[in-house]
Amino acid sequence: MRKAVLFLVALALVAAVWELYKSLGPEAGGEVLGWKIMPRTNRNAMPHVWDMTTRLFDPERRASGRAIWRVVLAGVWYSLRLAVLGLAVGATVGVLLAVLMARFGVVRRGLLPYLVVSQTVPLIALAPLVASWGGRLQPFGWEWPKWLSVVVLGAFLAFFPVSVGTLRGLEATPATSLELMRSYAATWGETLRKVRLPAAVPYIVPALRLAAAAAVVGVVVAEISTGQRGGIGRLVIEYGRTSSADPERLFTAVFGAAVLGLLMALLIAGMDWFVMRGRQRVEEYS
Amino acid sequence: MSDQELRRQHVAWPGNAVEVRSVIKTFNAGTPKQVDALVDIDLTVESGEFVSLIGPSGCGKSTLLRLIANLTEPTAGSIVVNGKPARQARVDQDYGMAFQQAGLFDWRTVVRNVELPLELKSWDRARRRARAMEMLELVKLDEFAGHRPWQLSGGMQQRVAIARALAAAPELLLMDEPFGALDEMTREHMQAELLRITAEAGTSVVFVTHSIPEAVFLADRVVVMSPRPGRITELVSVELGDPRNTDTREDPLFFKKVTEVREALRGIGAKSADELLIEGVAEER
Repeated sequence: MRKAVLFLVALALVAAVWELYKSLGPEAGGEVLGWKIMPRTNRNAMPHVWDMTTRLFDPERRASGRAIWRVVLAGVWYSLRLAVLGLAVGATVGVLLAVLMARFGVVRRGLLPYLVVSQTVPLIALAPLVASWGGRLQPFGWEWPKWLSVVVLGAFLAFFPVSVGTLRGLEATPATSLELMRSYAATWGETLRKVRLPAAVPYIVPALRLAAAAAVVGVVVAEISTGQRGGIGRLVIEYGRTSSADPERLFTAVFGAAVLGLLMALLIAGMDWFVMRGRQRVEEYS
Repeated sequence: MSDQELRRQHVAWPGNAVEVRSVIKTFNAGTPKQVDALVDIDLTVESGEFVSLIGPSGCGKSTLLRLIANLTEPTAGSIVVNGKPARQARVDQDYGMAFQQAGLFDWRTVVRNVELPLELKSWDRARRRARAMEMLELVKLDEFAGHRPWQLSGGMQQRVAIARALAAAPELLLMDEPFGALDEMTREHMQAELLRITAEAGTSVVFVTHSIPEAVFLADRVVVMSPRPGRITELVSVELGDPRNTDTREDPLFFKKVTEVREALRGIGAKSADELLIEGVAEER
């Protein structure tokens, strides 16, 4: 409850700062010490908060009766499902990779550098590739749907923090715990299931938080670069085309993206609460 | 009937609980950092016997315990536990172990922590729950079965760890300074509890400590060890009789035995004894 109130207060504060700068800042942007860093405050760059809010309730096109907020929410819902799916796939792959790396030193030494390198590949370069590979795949006569490429790209960004965080957690098991399991003559698998994985949970949860944000970015960017319709990424592009005439509408899509991020954060917070029930909270590493 | 005889009655294995023969343990053998942790160790723990290992740090008492537990292998010599090679005894879970840290798992309730060794022995749910509750009653913590370990005090956590070590009904209990982190009052209480519990369950115990009164109060025999290289210098029999309680701590014989052990430790060399004292003071803080 207190958190919700704080959230609304912060939101109002952001709106107030926005309007304050808009009324005081230079119309055509400004320079500080010769650097052009002060944003312009004209309608195109910074529409009024009120205008953007009311635009949400206008119909999207004159012909159709659907209000913009409905279109944006539908886009959020579409992208949310892809992002959750991408996160689920990415987290599963990430945990599996971490377990493999923890089990086999060879895998760890061979794989870890490539995982780091994989994250430096620009998503925009990768997206058309994945889409075209997917288009050629027809496993068991089943056609690869276009949205699956978007999920794969979301998962591609999401798996990395999970695998690194989980690996760290698996290796942070106290030596005494491992010795105790050894005194029980427990197998590696039993030790993993009963000690190492549960002990890694406080490391996995913050990694999932990073992965959720990465999945959202991945999905939105992949929607744009694969031309996938229906999601928030597509709306940003579509509304961006007419932004010089209608900047408020572009910002409604940006709001949608923010809502998407917020919903993912809520999802992780709920999961955090669920898996950490009854546990003593340890300080999260930063 | 003495505690030891009482314990012996329970034991299925009629021979010795532990037989250590001519054991040598060398770390980093053949390198400049070579350390002779243990040389020429011979030790027999009779079944039902309570043996304390005491000595200054670096004397290898913990290493000896870990060798008996087969958490590490000897460089030479043989170790027989319950009549089998130490490795087989570990695989058969013939012993229970407790460390200085209780080492309970946060994500399990108290009772499920005690159940852990039984899960690994593939006991079914109902049977292991019943056994774990029985163990918690033994350490008088049954009403905390549903609590989480971190909600318990240090002494209570250590009692849960002992319940866990005893859950699979091992005939041998190996303990590495289990009360080292507890305050003096809790410590004395836990010592009395440990004697009661192991006498009831008929368990042989090898107990590593650096506290002279603790070693004497608990043990039938105190094994005094010296460092660099680690070896056994003296065996002190403690005929204090049973049951041992608060009065025992004020018994002249108790003081006599404490003095005997202290002098045995001093015999190791004044420097080491000083070290022991300094460490003791540091630990208390």
